Amino acid sequence: MSTVFIAFQINEDTRPIIEAILADNPHAVLDEQPAMVKINAEDTLVIKRESIEELIGRKFDLQELQVNLITISGHLDEDDDTFTLSWKN
Amino acid sequence: MDMKATKKKLGLKEKYAHMTRGLDWETTYQPKEKVFPQATFEGIKVHDWDKWEDPFRLTMDSYWKYQAEKERKLYAVLDAFAQNNGHLGITDARYLSAIKLFLTGISPLEYVAHRGFAAAGRNFPGVGPRVACLMQSIDEVRHAQTQIHALSNYNKFYEGFHAGASHQIERLWYLSVPKSFFDDAFSAGPFEWMIAIGFSFEYVLTNLLFVPFMSGAAYNGDMATVTFGFSAQSDEARHMTLGLECIKFMLEQDPDNLPIVQKWIDKWAWRGIRVLSLVSTMLDYMLPKRVMSWKEAWEIYFEQNGGALFNDLAKYGIKVPECIAQCTIDKEHQSHQLWLTLCTHSHAMGLHTWLPNAEEMDWLSAKYPNTFDKYYRPRFDQLRELADKGERFYANTLPMLCQVCQIPMLFTEPDDPTKICYRESEFQGEKYHTCSDGCKHIFDDEPEKYIQAWLPVHQVYMGNCWPEGTDPTAEGFNPLAKYLEWCHIDLARDGGDYEGSSDQANFAAWRGAATQNT
Amino acid sequence: MAVTALYDYQYPAADTQDKFHGNQLLYVGWDDHFMFAAPLAFVLPPSSKFSELVENTLTFAFGRHPEWAKIDFSKVVWLKSGQPFVPEMDKTLAEQGLRHKDVLRLQTPGLNGNGTYF
Ligand SMILES: [Fe+2]
Ligand SMILES: [Fe+2]
Repeated sequence: MSTVFIAFQINEDTRPIIEAILADNPHAVLDEQPAMVKINAEDTLVIKRESIEELIGRKFDLQELQVNLITISGHLDEDDDTFTLSWKN
Repeated sequence: MDMKATKKKLGLKEKYAHMTRGLDWETTYQPKEKVFPQATFEGIKVHDWDKWEDPFRLTMDSYWKYQAEKERKLYAVLDAFAQNNGHLGITDARYLSAIKLFLTGISPLEYVAHRGFAAAGRNFPGVGPRVACLMQSIDEVRHAQTQIHALSNYNKFYEGFHAGASHQIERLWYLSVPKSFFDDAFSAGPFEWMIAIGFSFEYVLTNLLFVPFMSGAAYNGDMATVTFGFSAQSDEARHMTLGLECIKFMLEQDPDNLPIVQKWIDKWAWRGIRVLSLVSTMLDYMLPKRVMSWKEAWEIYFEQNGGALFNDLAKYGIKVPECIAQCTIDKEHQSHQLWLTLCTHSHAMGLHTWLPNAEEMDWLSAKYPNTFDKYYRPRFDQLRELADKGERFYANTLPMLCQVCQIPMLFTEPDDPTKICYRESEFQGEKYHTCSDGCKHIFDDEPEKYIQAWLPVHQVYMGNCWPEGTDPTAEGFNPLAKYLEWCHIDLARDGGDYEGSSDQANFAAWRGAATQNT
Repeated sequence: MAVTALYDYQYPAADTQDKFHGNQLLYVGWDDHFMFAAPLAFVLPPSSKFSELVENTLTFAFGRHPEWAKIDFSKVVWLKSGQPFVPEMDKTLAEQGLRHKDVLRLQTPGLNGNGTYF
């Protein structure tokens, strides 16, 4: 088992994103640090466009994540609906 | 009722395919090898460049859109910082030593990274990596510019910010460490550059630099640095992905690539770790308000994260670099050994150092229970004793440097932290000295490269480091003063101990003025 | 191993002795004394006597340490490139085979900053 992670700046844009990630990934662990959060998860972490859209009430393009992204670990696979980090192949 | 046909937007994958493929052309009047002369000499075999895919699937149009948004956010904060005396919000002006080290040692590297990725993009025959390298090249020049711009706000008030990129990176003895690292990478071929910078530096090590650094800036009230740092860092996930993609691509293209890639990983892991040892002093000594120790950062970002990465790469036959055993030992010692060195040489530096106070030493004891009290506290105590007598100790003779990493030979033997580690090699009848098995190994593998190293100590002794027109035979010639003048350092203001510095006095006076009416 | 390059990769060494105006480089480290964080680099004429090295050059560099004055030079151990080396005080660097960029380690048993290695 290996850990993947993603870290975001803390701001108004990322609050609902973080909320959506934690809801969609019950195995994820939130690590709060000054001005940033890091979300750690065993093996896989999935970010879903729909879950974020539900919370913010507008269309969301997953590439918008890049504006507030700090770092990731794991292989990335991104399409229109999901942004997935994993060590599985 | 009219039915309007809605034009369906392209999906991300289709859009990426359209905008990163078929963009180039077949050559007609020159053979392809002449157009891409650097594509094969390193021995990396590529059969199908189209197998390269950027997992972010970022295309140029989206790139501009998101980068513009990042810039707008950044400059809004920088304006607010300047308009509201943001420089008075930091915990203590000691903190600025970390920022000076960043501006003089790291920002110029951003610029070299910009040039290096532009060159890599030019030299790869595949369109996928060309687009990704182009984006990274533009990112890197943005990083250099925004860092210099953001920190120019400190230059209005504090010493030591005035000549980093213009003069000091090429001249100052401790800045030759990061400079030589990038020179080494840039003078290699495009594939080695990608392993050196794209993979080892960006993927394996960058988290150790930026994440604790930015958290540290946030903890210490430095809004300007947090903002440019996060803005730069938001590009970093893409750079890391490019580095990882590159290594997977090389390994999947041909089994013959494995030993070449492994050799580069081994070399660049060690080169990068030596450069980052400067960051260890920042976390353990320079931040007035500490975030985490270097050892903790190393364990989270290197041992755990790097461990997961190397587990994953094992399926290609990649092994964990051998130097990791040394790193596990060094993590307990290196920040202390380095800070002791900086403290006894800051009369020849462009930033201030200081001896840790009692409370800071207790923090270090707690974070380093195996080593701090046993080896390092007594040394700081004795330096403190001298300083209290008005005899603050600075070395009066130049140190011996490692031929490869260019750091003074301050590191100790793997099995004995009380003995300096000496390693030497001979090449074409000339002796060369290195600080460690890692650096010796790198030297012995490519001696022709490292015998050319511009070692500041030797250059000073050759007489190459004075301002034009200096006469070293003149009476009262002071080589240190002339060297510092050549480095654009005003010793009375820029270097030495923080205690008694103009930064200390000014910060206290201005902060006082900000909270009182007289 | 040679550098993998696109062309014949040959460049001169940057620090050969001819560039030091008749002098040579010599490195000296004093074991167990981390007041001096790293071994030191000196530039000296090959014709300087070992006694001058000790009495002038090294005393200038290391003399601020209170233990320097306590050293009994008849009992110290010198290493050259890690191997035992017995210097002759009246001979010059050149006469006793000390070459450009040689490294000496001075060991002073019993003196180690009272166990603090400072
Ligand atoms: Fe950068
Ligand atoms: Fe080294």
